[in-house]
Amino acid sequence: MEATLPRRLISTPVAGPLAALVLACAFFALRTDQFLTGPNFSLIIQQVMVVGTLAIGQTLIILTAGIDLSNGAIMAFGGIVMTKLAVDSGLPPVLAIVAGLAVCSGFGLVNGLLVTRISLPPFIVTLGMLNVVFALTHIYSNEQTVTDLPPVLTFLGQTFQVGQTNVTYGSLLTILLFLLFAYLLGSTAWGRHVYALGNSPEVARLTGIRTRRLTIGVYTLAGFVYGIAALLLVSRTGVGDPQAGQTDNLDSITAVVLGGTSLFGGRGLVIGTLVGALIVGVFRNGLQLMGVPSIYQTLITGILVILAVAVDQLSRRRNR
Amino acid sequence: MNAKISAGLLVTALLVTGCGGGGGGGQSSSATPKVGLITKTETNPFFVKMKEGAQKSAQANGMELMTAAGKFDGDNASQITAIENMVAAGVKGILITPSDTKAIVPAIKKARDAGVLVIALDTPTEPQDATDALFATDNLKAGELIGQYAKAAMAGKPAKIATLDLAPGITVGQLRHDGFLKGYGIAEGDPSVVCSQDTRGDQAKGQTAMENCLQKAPDINLVYTINEPAALGAYTALKAKGREKDVLIVSVDGGCTGTKAVKSGEIAATSQQYPLKMAEDGVKAVSEFAKTGKKTSGYTDTGVTLITDKSVSGVEAKDTAFGLANCWG
Repeated sequence: MEATLPRRLISTPVAGPLAALVLACAFFALRTDQFLTGPNFSLIIQQVMVVGTLAIGQTLIILTAGIDLSNGAIMAFGGIVMTKLAVDSGLPPVLAIVAGLAVCSGFGLVNGLLVTRISLPPFIVTLGMLNVVFALTHIYSNEQTVTDLPPVLTFLGQTFQVGQTNVTYGSLLTILLFLLFAYLLGSTAWGRHVYALGNSPEVARLTGIRTRRLTIGVYTLAGFVYGIAALLLVSRTGVGDPQAGQTDNLDSITAVVLGGTSLFGGRGLVIGTLVGALIVGVFRNGLQLMGVPSIYQTLITGILVILAVAVDQLSRRRNR
Repeated sequence: MNAKISAGLLVTALLVTGCGGGGGGGQSSSATPKVGLITKTETNPFFVKMKEGAQKSAQANGMELMTAAGKFDGDNASQITAIENMVAAGVKGILITPSDTKAIVPAIKKARDAGVLVIALDTPTEPQDATDALFATDNLKAGELIGQYAKAAMAGKPAKIATLDLAPGITVGQLRHDGFLKGYGIAEGDPSVVCSQDTRGDQAKGQTAMENCLQKAPDINLVYTINEPAALGAYTALKAKGREKDVLIVSVDGGCTGTKAVKSGEIAATSQQYPLKMAEDGVKAVSEFAKTGKKTSGYTDTGVTLITDKSVSGVEAKDTAFGLANCWG
């Protein structure tokens, strides 16, 4: 099918969210002097990079018609592992990071095994895992925030200059991750298999896709991505925080849904998730610049989520 | 296709109307100096009162107040984001009640490096000099007052004490607890403390904690609580056992609900603190900084008063009429 770029954009599920993002930006640019500036946009990206990265993993899992409630907790544990090993145990920071990534991947693997081997619903598996990992984080950290981090752990929070604007390395990494996963999902056999699995596991199995292995792989990969989010979090806040990530599971689902990905699996784009995360970030930043209390951010985000899912349902009905 | 486009329009329409409704006169005020207030949560009456005080003081000083809060107690990430956005909005100063006293420090440093005056309200950061100044209750003293009161009220009767505390690793809770023991004249680990439980300052958790303490030690006759919601939870648990008359409950905070409970006798005494004053003085200091460039510094004690209707000799206290006139929430 030959299609021009604008046509293709309109026909993707990202069209609505993108339009919403652009309009929101236009609105805030008109209402405040500070919104439409390089430093402010750099700030918004820094503010969404942690939830955005978590939402990459969440997108993978939702595309398989699953859901992950444990990702914020896994990230918090990963952050504590990295910081405690580096600061308290004196491990070389790079090894501490590797350990954190491995631990996060490990929890993803366990999620995947429980979902596939015992056929438990992802909601239940990850709800249980949320509590398990939350408790482990508090036990392991002894409820203490880890401070005085070595520079390697905070490197991603450092900035470089683009024109007048300071951009963090973490923002750059986040955008690269989105591009990488857009490629993996959009242009590889693995990506097509993930969509096929989400659309119909039975059909996917009959066409020769090893669905169990694929599912386990997706959960493990998601866990690894949460590990990267943990590193981003640590570098952004400059501390290891056992309280971190408590609502990030829901925030990551918000980003995915606002980005036009179907909660019923098989439909959606990871770039949409980036747009969804940016919508939340732009609202939070813009409303704060306007002096609107933060409770309105929650109100508007809630309405947007319901609308986004309503839109998904309506367009499905239309396409049937 | 049409469905998607119309859907997109629907969403954008909502965005515009949504913020149009919530907005309300943001832009015109770019000339007035701005001050930010960041609390732990939106809903806790203590912070609602703080916001009220800040609003009043901002109006009096010709400043625009911006507010933000975390989603839950302990939500460091939202507070960092709020600091960044307020600095971007060009505030002169930020008043913050840190949710995580250590984890917020790097973000505060960035704001101060950008020339913003940062004052901690209610809760000090760790280290305390990470902010320019601290306006807060002396929590150790708040604990000492009810400790001394309890010692006098027990009148030599051997005490079996339950402490219903906040949560591990939170300074405010630790200081009040330590202050109570000091005021009572005992050390940590004293055998008269028969049960210690965390409540997170929550009434339901306070009730559960007291129920469990009574299972462990049915002869408890003195209960220290971190705040009045925890105290009321403890009272409910005691009442269920028919013990509400012969157990002394002491607390800290001085919220209006709590002060009423002192008046009706559910709580024997409480140490009242003044969030309104913290915020008023904080805004005033930022206003001063905006006008003259002079930064306030160090610790300002915003005061604490023992409130009880059953006063004991040797411990200075005010009655609940005073308490209700000065309570928050």
